[in-house]
Amino acid sequence: MTVEAVADTVPTRLVPGPGGGGPAPTRTVVAYGFWIFLLSDIIMFSGLFAAYAVLSGNTAGGPTGRELFNLHSVFIETACLLFSSYTCGLGALSGERQQRDRFYVFAAFTFALGAAFLFIEVSEFAGMVSKGAGPSRSAFLSAFFTLVGMHGAHVTSGLLWLVYLVAQVATKGLRPHVLRRLLCFSLFWHALDIVWVGVMTLVYLMGAR
Amino acid sequence: MDGADRPLDERTPGVEQNESRADYRSYTAGLGLAILLTIASFVVSQTSLLWPPGIPVGLIVLAFAQIGVHLVFFLHLGTGPDNTNNVLALAFGLLIVFLVITGSIWIMANLSTNMMPMSGSMPR
Repeated sequence: MTVEAVADTVPTRLVPGPGGGGPAPTRTVVAYGFWIFLLSDIIMFSGLFAAYAVLSGNTAGGPTGRELFNLHSVFIETACLLFSSYTCGLGALSGERQQRDRFYVFAAFTFALGAAFLFIEVSEFAGMVSKGAGPSRSAFLSAFFTLVGMHGAHVTSGLLWLVYLVAQVATKGLRPHVLRRLLCFSLFWHALDIVWVGVMTLVYLMGAR
Repeated sequence: MDGADRPLDERTPGVEQNESRADYRSYTAGLGLAILLTIASFVVSQTSLLWPPGIPVGLIVLAFAQIGVHLVFFLHLGTGPDNTNNVLALAFGLLIVFLVITGSIWIMANLSTNMMPMSGSMPR
C-alpha cells in the first residue's frame, strides 16, 4: 500500500454519532445550564402566581385591585421593561461582534430603562402603603406585594449584575468568558420580561377590570 | 451547529464559537410584535366592545402569544439541533408551572366551596 493510499483511508472529518456530533461548544453548554436555572426560577414564580390567583379575591374588606392599580403607570413600566430587554439583546449582540462602544451605549440604555421601571414600581408601592394598603392589610395585598416585589427584587439584582458586567468588560475586554457571562445576563433579563408579561396580565389587566 | 462540518481540532469542549443566529433585525421584529401584543392586551382589558366574560380568556391568549414572541425573538429558542435540550427543558418547566398553578387554583376552589359559610364572627 502506498503512502497516498493510506492517507486516503484516514478520516479527515469525524462522522457524527447518535449524539449529533461530539461535544458541544462551551457557549452552548453554559447557556443550557443557565436556562435550567432560569426555568427553576420561573417555577418558583409559578408558586407565587398560584398564591396570587387563589388569594386575589380575599380583600378582607380592604381596597381591591380595581381601586389601587393605575394602568397608565403599568403601561409605562411595561414599555420600560420591554425596551430595556431590546437594548439588552442589542448590547449582547454588539459584545459578540467586539463593538465595545456600542456595548456601553446599549448597556447604559438597559440600565436606565430598568432603573426607571424600578423607580415607578417603588413609588407605586410607597403610594399604596401610605394609603393604608400595605402587605399586612389583606391576603390579596400580601400575595400582591410578594409576587410583584419578588419580580422587582430580580430586576434590582439584574441591575447590580449589569454594573458588574460593564466593569468586567472595561477591565478585561470582550474576552470569551466575559461574553459567556454577558450571554447569561441577557437570558436572565429576557426571562424577567417574560415573567412581567404574566404579572401585567394576571395582576394588573385582570385585577383592574 | 453541525459538528461534522468542523475540523477535528475545533471539536473539543471549550472551543469558542461566537456565532449567533441573532441579528439586529430579529430583535427589532420581536420588539415590534411585542409592542403590538402589549397594546392589544391593554386595549382588550379596557374596551367595552367585547363580551365581558370572554376578556380574561383573550388576555391569557395574548399573554401566551407575547411569551412565545419573547422566547423566539429574544431568547432565540428555535428548532436548531443545539436547541433540542433547551426546548425539552422548557417543555418540562411548562408542565411543572401548569401543574402548580392549575392544581393550586383547583384545590383551593374546591376547599372554598366545601367550607362552612363564614359569618363575620371570626376573630380578626
